[in-house]
Order: sequence, then C-alpha cells, then structure tokens
Amino acid sequence: MASSTKSSAKPSSKKSKSSKNGKSSSSGLDNSGVSGVTDNLELYRQMYLIREFELACGENYSKGLIRGFLHLYIGQEATGVGAISTLRDDDYVVSAYRDHGHALARGLDVNRSMAELFGKATGTSKGKGGSMHLFDVAKGFMGGHAIVAGQLPLAAGLALAQQYNDTDALTICFFGDGSTNQGLYHETMNLAAIWKLPILFFLENNMYGMGSSIERVRAGGVDFYPGMATYGIPAAEVDGMDVLAVKEASELAVARIRNGDGPQFIEAKTFRFVGHSLADGQKYRGQEEVKEWEERDPVVTFPAKLIEMGLATADQIAEVKASVDEAVATAVKFAEDSPEPELSEIHNDVLA
Amino acid sequence: MPEIVLREALKRGLEEALENDPRVFIMGEDIGEYGGAYAVTDGFLKKFGEKRIKDTPISEQAFLGAGIGAAAAGLRPIVEFMSMSFTLVAFDQIVNMAANLRYMSGGQISVPMVIRAPTGAGVQLGATHSQSFETWLAEVPGMKVVCPSTPYDALGLMRSAIKDNNPVLVAEPALLYGAKGEVPDEYYEIEIGKADVTREGSDITLVSYGYGMRPVNDAAGTLEGRGVSVEVIDLRSLAPIDMDAIIASVKKTNRVVVVDNARRRGGVMAEVTADLQQAASEWLDGPVMRVGSVDVPWPYSRGLEQEVLTDADDVLAAVAEGYGL
Repeated sequence: MASSTKSSAKPSSKKSKSSKNGKSSSSGLDNSGVSGVTDNLELYRQMYLIREFELACGENYSKGLIRGFLHLYIGQEATGVGAISTLRDDDYVVSAYRDHGHALARGLDVNRSMAELFGKATGTSKGKGGSMHLFDVAKGFMGGHAIVAGQLPLAAGLALAQQYNDTDALTICFFGDGSTNQGLYHETMNLAAIWKLPILFFLENNMYGMGSSIERVRAGGVDFYPGMATYGIPAAEVDGMDVLAVKEASELAVARIRNGDGPQFIEAKTFRFVGHSLADGQKYRGQEEVKEWEERDPVVTFPAKLIEMGLATADQIAEVKASVDEAVATAVKFAEDSPEPELSEIHNDVLA
Repeated sequence: MPEIVLREALKRGLEEALENDPRVFIMGEDIGEYGGAYAVTDGFLKKFGEKRIKDTPISEQAFLGAGIGAAAAGLRPIVEFMSMSFTLVAFDQIVNMAANLRYMSGGQISVPMVIRAPTGAGVQLGATHSQSFETWLAEVPGMKVVCPSTPYDALGLMRSAIKDNNPVLVAEPALLYGAKGEVPDEYYEIEIGKADVTREGSDITLVSYGYGMRPVNDAAGTLEGRGVSVEVIDLRSLAPIDMDAIIASVKKTNRVVVVDNARRRGGVMAEVTADLQQAASEWLDGPVMRVGSVDVPWPYSRGLEQEVLTDADDVLAAVAEGYGL
C-alpha cells in the first residue's frame, strides 16, 4: 500500500478550541501565566524523563533485555504530563498499553518501572505485568491495560467509587483514537454521563491505531470531540504538542468535575514519532509526516521557549537533563542487577 | 426450621449485606424500578435507594467493567446479569480484567465483586438465553464460581461470596428460584471450594451441582429402591472444585457417575473426570461415567428441549452402562 503523507490534522500551533461549553484558551508562555518557573521546569523534567526512559527502553529491547510488546510514548509526552500535572494524590489515573509516560508522570518509581519491563522481581508488578501492565495503587495509578478500550469502564467504576464515597476526587482515563471504534467507548461515555461520574476522558489522538490511519477506519473525520455532544459531555480539543495548553485545558475540566459537573472530555491532537511498537516498520506512513510533527517536539520546543522567554536559563535546563540522564542510567542498572522472580511467585497473587 | 424458596434465600443474603456493609451496592439491568427479571431484588430500590440499587443501561460490559473499577477502589459491588448467556457480552471484562488484575498488578489490586446470573435451560428460551457459561468461567484463574442447588446453600454461598476478596460468580439455577428448602434463622456461611455429601452410601457415587442435583437425587431414589446404596455429592463450588471430597467418596464406593446439567462437552465434569482417572483409577471398578446435556444449541420446542436436558433416566442409563447397577 502506498504511504500517505497527507493528513487533515496537520500539526498546528493553535492552543485549544472547544465544543459546547468546553471553553478554554491557553495563556501560553508569558510571565503572567499560571505556571511559575518551578512548575515549568518540573513539566520539562517529566517530559524529558519520559523521553529518555523510552529511548533506554528501545535500546534495551534491541539488546533483548526487554521482551514482549513495547509501545513507546515518544512524541506524546506533553499530553500525559500536562494532564496529570493538574491532579491530586487522591485522584486515579488509568492508562492503556502505551502506559510508561503516564506512569512516570504520576510519579512511579523509575527504577521499579524499568525493572518491571525487564521482568524482574523488583518491578512494580514483581515482573508479572510487563510493559503494558504497570500499576502502583499507592500512587493511584491503576494500570496499564492492554485490551483496546478495556480500561474505560474500569475508570468509570473508579470514578463511581469516588462519587459513592462523597469525595471530590476524580479519575482520569487515557485512551487512544484506536479505542474509539470499540463498543465500550460509547457504552462508557453513556454510563458516565447518565451517572454524572467524576471522570476526565482524555483522548490522545495520535492519528493512528497501530498501522491504520484514523481517516481509513473512522467515519466522520479525525475530530472526536464534537461527537461528545451525543452524550452531553462537554468536550474540548487541545494541541497535544503544547504542554501548557494541555495543562490549562485539563485544569478547567478538572475544576468542573470537582464542582460536580460530571464527566468531561479532552481530545489532544498528538503524534508518536516512532512505530506502534518496536516491531513496527511504519510502512503505512511517510517520513515527511513524521518530520512535520517532530518539528513541534515538546521535549525540544518547550525548553527552548522557556529560555527564550526568560523563564529558565540554559544552565537550569542542562541541570535537569543531567539529573534525568543519571536517573535513567541508574534505573537501567537497577533493572539489570535486580533478581529474577522466584519460580514460587508463579502461584502467588492468583486469588486473595 | 422455616422453609423458604431459593429466591428468598438469595434475597436475604443480599439484603443483609446491604444492611450491614455500606460498601455493598447492587447494579444491573432492571433490578430497581422493575424489581429484577426474576424478582430477586424486588423492593430493594424503595428500601435502599438509588445509590445502592443502580439500574444500568443495557451495556453489559460497561457496567460489569464499572463494577470492577468500583471493587478495585474498595467498594463491594454485586453485579446482576439477567441471564448467564448475557455474561458472554462481558467476557472480556470478566476474564481480562476482573480475573487478571490481581496477578498482573503483582497483588496490588483486589476485585471483591459478586457476579450473579440465572443459569440453565428448561423454560423454552431458545439457544441464546439458555446457556451455562459458569462452566467456562470456572476454568479461569483468578475466578471463583459457585452454584447452589438449595435455598440453604444459596444463602450460605451468597454470604461467603459477598465477603470474598476475589471476583465470585454465583450461578443461580433459574429453574430452582421457586424451589423450597429449610433455612435456619441462625447465621451460617458455606465455605467456597467445599463440596457437600448430601447422601451417604457405599455402592456408587453420583456427583453434580445446581439443577443437576434434581436428576441425580431422582436417580438416587430409584437406585435405593433397587437396593443400591448411593452416595451423592453436591459440588456447590465449580472453582475451586473439591476433588478431595470426590476422591474420598470414590475410594469408598469404587463407582462414580458425574452429572452436568450443562452441555456435556468440556465443562466442569470433564475436569472432574480427568482428575479422577489420574488420581483414583486404581480405586474404580469401571470407567468414570459422564452425563451431560446434549451438545447442540438449545432448541425452543418443549419436546426437543426436554430431550436435550439431562434427566434421571440419563443418569440411570450411565449407572447401568458403567457398572451394571
């Protein structure tokens, strides 16, 4: 099949637009913005950490130290980091199989996350979950789910419990455009809406479900947020390459949910710069399309803008990089040096 | 002891859980306003309110999945399916999520959820409404499955299921909702994973569960009339299966017929048969005889459906074929 370089969802510089009452606009990068220097540097640190972690994953996959399927988040860092930065400790985060970025943004231990990918006893799931099934209940990170759209009702149930317990905590559920043609996507939207659940549906629309462009597999174009009108769920679109725009859109949605307004929906247009998994040769798309998006790489553009705007110094950025590089190297070493799970572990954790 | 029907026993188990544990809530299709397709939750909405008694849209995998999430967050949901056949729509959530989450998370996540569903054929509902998928789910690691045959067992097993920290499927034989039995007022529970020797005997062991106990008990009565001493075992739990109880009985009687009300192929009794031949063949005077309903889609017409269903004659035929009794 001929590769297509055409995309009706070109990378754009627009910050966000909204449907229904999902009104939001990014203040962007200026001195009067809500994000202070420390926050900006932390956002950058997390994005850079995810990027370096993923690069290390790819490297160790090539070495055969990580096996199974490995789906990297490279290119999508601004979405998870921006959205998760708006949460509280008592909120839940639910992800799909491309979960490393969300896990790290939620503060999962870098060493234990890497050890899980290496299948080691020190991993977050003691080596029983792997790349697609990261969990840290103490941090409210409820997985890591590898059946497409399967995590949506789980997230609704977590939100149901938060509502049931009369808290103002919420659940954020990440999913990709690939999940939107599953029945569960529609079933869960309906359920969340009729029960007014405290849930933020966060669609990371990276334009491809594995090797299928959404233009090929979805009737109705590349925009999903207008469809939320069907369920009466307020929905906004945001530039997923702009971490501050994502953060701001998420803050607005989170505030509404805590206010008791029920489910909210954000669609971030984003892009993975790499294949679906490490087994993907990307024959289904042209490199020009990838390059176009790479020009807007948040891990590169965000620190550059911070320096340009005088919100961070080159030294500060370099310091962040150095500490992250060290942390990732330490994590790989930790994972390599960690013991394999005992064979007796096979029978543990099947039943309570 | 007071006698009540199985429906009432289930209702009592649910009601006391709702009264005693604020984390318990029930959801399912038409369980509230309508009162439940089999009236098990009739009157609950008025008594416990919308927060505890949740009517759901017809979205089996979504509300079952929501039950999993609520359980993972510490609540104790009871999810009702209108028919065991409809669990098929939610199998992905039951198997991939409910049963796997504890293991995949390295023990971090518990799913203390009860799934209730009426099971079995016999009232001419045709192929899509008559199936017994508890036999499939019983082979899934991470699941517990129980199937009561009496009001006493229904209450005792329901109590244990609700207290259990695993996903537990309660398969409720639809034909037995109106079956009467003695249930004491005093509190009791029935341990999941333990079979019940409901009749002691020395010549042959008959094993079944749920609605299969009817043909087995009928056959046992006939055999006793012929002077055959029959031991009857009610599995009560399909996962885990109490093989120890079955093997102990076979060592005593040296003869065994296992009986399933569900279709014969695969299923719980295939497991029992295979394990018995490995663990107890030297004690057996003949083959492990297996009886089950005919392996066809369930027919609608009454005569056809009755012919497909396991009955006492099928059990007696197997006893005669295997052991000449």
